[in-house]
Amino acid sequence: MSDNLAIDVHGLTKRFGKKTAVNQVDIAVPEGQVWGFLGPNGSGKTTTIRMLCGLLNADAGEGTCLGYDFRTQSEQIKLETGYMTQKFSFWEDLSIRENLDFVARLYQLPKRRALVDQTLEKLGLKDRQNQLAGALSGGWKQRLALAACTLHSPKLLLLDEPTAGVDPKARRDFWDTIHDLSSEGITVLVSTHYMDEAERCDRIVFISVGNIVARGTVAEIIAASGLVTFTVEGGGARQLADRLRGLPGVVFVSFFGALLHVSGYDRALLEAALAPYRHDPNLMIRETPPSLEDVFIQLQQNNGGENA
Amino acid sequence: MNGRFSPARVFAMLGKEFIQMRRDRMTLAMLIGIPLMQLFIFGYAINMVPKHLATAVSISDPGLFSDSIVAAIGNSSYFDVVKATNSPAEARRMLADGRVSFVVDIPVNFSRDLVRGAHPSLLVEADATDPAAGSYAISALSGLVNTALRDDLTGPLASRAAPTPAFAVVVHSLYNPEANTQYNIVPGLLAVILTMTMVMATSIALTRERERGTYENLLAMPTHPLEIMIGKITPNIFVGAFQSALILVVAKFVFGVPMIGSLALLAVAGSFYIAALLAVGYTFSTMAQNQMQAMQMTFFFFMPSIMLSGFIFPFHGMPQWAQWIGEALPITHFLRIVRGILLKGSGIPEIWPDVWPMILFLFVAGTVAVRRFRKTLD
Repeated sequence: MSDNLAIDVHGLTKRFGKKTAVNQVDIAVPEGQVWGFLGPNGSGKTTTIRMLCGLLNADAGEGTCLGYDFRTQSEQIKLETGYMTQKFSFWEDLSIRENLDFVARLYQLPKRRALVDQTLEKLGLKDRQNQLAGALSGGWKQRLALAACTLHSPKLLLLDEPTAGVDPKARRDFWDTIHDLSSEGITVLVSTHYMDEAERCDRIVFISVGNIVARGTVAEIIAASGLVTFTVEGGGARQLADRLRGLPGVVFVSFFGALLHVSGYDRALLEAALAPYRHDPNLMIRETPPSLEDVFIQLQQNNGGENA
Repeated sequence: MNGRFSPARVFAMLGKEFIQMRRDRMTLAMLIGIPLMQLFIFGYAINMVPKHLATAVSISDPGLFSDSIVAAIGNSSYFDVVKATNSPAEARRMLADGRVSFVVDIPVNFSRDLVRGAHPSLLVEADATDPAAGSYAISALSGLVNTALRDDLTGPLASRAAPTPAFAVVVHSLYNPEANTQYNIVPGLLAVILTMTMVMATSIALTRERERGTYENLLAMPTHPLEIMIGKITPNIFVGAFQSALILVVAKFVFGVPMIGSLALLAVAGSFYIAALLAVGYTFSTMAQNQMQAMQMTFFFFMPSIMLSGFIFPFHGMPQWAQWIGEALPITHFLRIVRGILLKGSGIPEIWPDVWPMILFLFVAGTVAVRRFRKTLD
């Protein structure tokens, strides 16, 4: 891992009318790392990514992407960056092959035909190369999109919620590919809503209402949250949730599968709230380290995100 | 290096656009279907000089003269006498019901008064709800009756016939002597159809990409605005050329429209016109957020183009302000050019006054289109 920064921007700001979508965001991603970009819907993730690759003009901020000034040299940045949009944005009325070929032509890649053949082979889409891209399932569309935006061997990948609406197996495969690319030295900034994906990132940046509210490794973010979490397991856990909400010291209560997470900042108050149920033989209560999702909910609640 | 314009990428765009156009059967069918439909509707169904209009004759004074009048009216191609009645009330009712467009009323004592030299009146009632429909017929009527009666008013009655005027007004209807509506409308359709399809097809060009989300992808890749613009516009130039050829072939072989002037000159003038329209369409496509809006903008442009250009209504019959708007529209000038070249055989000196306004329009619209283009999603 080198010390060079692939993305190094300060004070990134974007306003739409009176609304500030992104406010004074600093991001510094070292080369070769995979960074997760977390935040509720409408928090400014997409806007930030679009500014980085020159699709939106920043209202304020300065810095570099791959060593180029992101405000004035977006042409160079585009040449060395792959950007995968949130919604499938390749041409559904072109075939798989035609899409790849078009991308290769725009980047003026040498030995186009061989490159496209090779990519189709790697994707496992060689037999279906003449199908229209619109006929592909969500998972295949995502794989095609990733293949297309890495066709020109970019140094930086910007992925905007790449796994939305994709099944767990395809998500797993996708992340394996991301890590393969990362080990080849590509820097990746990926926005996501999935905690398991966030946990696979080297660093996480959490953004809410346009502001960065937490950053660091998963462990650092959990530690910094100051959160204490108890889990409740057993038959009566569901009824318990309603009774615990609103008690002093209980900041939020949420389910993770059958497990009830009760979180707060003050261990003593939480203990007190849970005390009446300690001896219920149907319930098993114990303290656990807070999960990233607990922290996510807490950050969202504290910072007035859209879904809080 | 990437900021510069690259012909290779233009070809990439063109390849993509042609594939997409080929796959979009509906739009392709529309681009060919619309001209054909308009040609046949305007060419066959619409006639500015209506003939064989249903007419009732109310005869309160039967006799030789009324027979002659009825026969003369019936013989003219403008009128079809569907009813000859001796009840003025019935004739009027038919007019009210819309069964006839005209009632010719031969009053009581018409023959006697005519013979006495008392200058009786022949009343013609016309359904003037559509003023244009009957005007040709009415203007033909008086001459028709005079001629009819001249044969009857001979010998001692000769002095009762309408006197021969001291001089004759001779009208030569030049360029379209038979007042054939098709000769005027069909060449005009060339201008109208190009206005509609060129602006529409181009206005949805960028809009469709934007609506489908592919525009963001296109901008994220190395593309120059001019490359995108050329890629988007060129296929429509082919469509425009094809439509023009189609219209001219149908005009010549189906409607027999005379083509006196130089078709090469028409092609050159037409190129300026198509370019002006594409610039308008491209401007719309930089503004519209979705294809619906693009369509609405197209119609916003199309309506005045049809109404104020002199395509349907005589240009100089409009009030001054409407003529000014008309002069600002490229179609007005191209209409004059097409009709001039085809019907009058106009050459460069005759059409130049209408060519330079189109070039000016092209320059203005083109500048707006290029300036409006954003390389970002802002």
